[in-house]
Amino acid sequence: MSLFLVNLLLALSWSAVTGSFSFLNFAFGFLLAIFALSLIREQVGSVGYFSRARRVLSLLVLFVYELVLSAWRVAVMVLSPNMNLKPGIFAYPLRVDRDFEITMLANLITLTPGTLSVDVSDDRRILYVHAIDASDPEAARRDIAEGFERKIMEAFR
Amino acid sequence: MNDVVTLISAALLVIGSVFALVASIGLLRLPDLYTRMHAASKAGTMGACLMLIALAVQANDVGTMSRALAGVVFFLLTAPVSSHLLAKAAYAVGYRLASISVMDEMKPED
Repeated sequence: MSLFLVNLLLALSWSAVTGSFSFLNFAFGFLLAIFALSLIREQVGSVGYFSRARRVLSLLVLFVYELVLSAWRVAVMVLSPNMNLKPGIFAYPLRVDRDFEITMLANLITLTPGTLSVDVSDDRRILYVHAIDASDPEAARRDIAEGFERKIMEAFR
Repeated sequence: MNDVVTLISAALLVIGSVFALVASIGLLRLPDLYTRMHAASKAGTMGACLMLIALAVQANDVGTMSRALAGVVFFLLTAPVSSHLLAKAAYAVGYRLASISVMDEMKPED
């Protein structure tokens, strides 16, 4: 995280030196700072920083993709003449255990196709998920475990 | 160049409003609160975000642009939290799932 701060500071100093705080110039400075940091990655130990940044970015891309897909599915379902719904709540055993990881997973689940997190059990082991199609809860559990939960663990551990 | 920007922003506006419309039709047609939250939290968020992005594309000063994009970020941060809280509160108060539901693993064993 401190390397991210250095990255921001370098981008800020680029903006200061070039005398323009426009968004584009700042973004360019940020890219330059990434380049500079990657030149000295052996010395400042930022090798992990770059692979982690890539994983956070891939989590972000997955998230936007799933959001678009989920909005599309809801639209198709709502507009179809006879809605064949099999809604239900299933329990999902959590593997992540830190608070912010659970929060993030719950939020991601809510914004993805057909699922909505309802509650976390008191011992933080089980997440209750409402699915709009709960005919196959095993497949839904597997999707979450191999999609978001794995990505979250990769990005933040 | 300007025409392209206008076209993109107009397309985003139309798609965004279609998603908002679909979200409200979903609120009318779906059977219970939990399934309705699906429509409101996904299609609704998507519609609002697309319209804000349309504004960001069309705006030619940084202030408007960054505020529109900040709006998108806050929508994405708050929509799941609010729908999650609504569903949790509804369940705690005792709104049952619609009769067509196939399972409920949250129901306490008794």
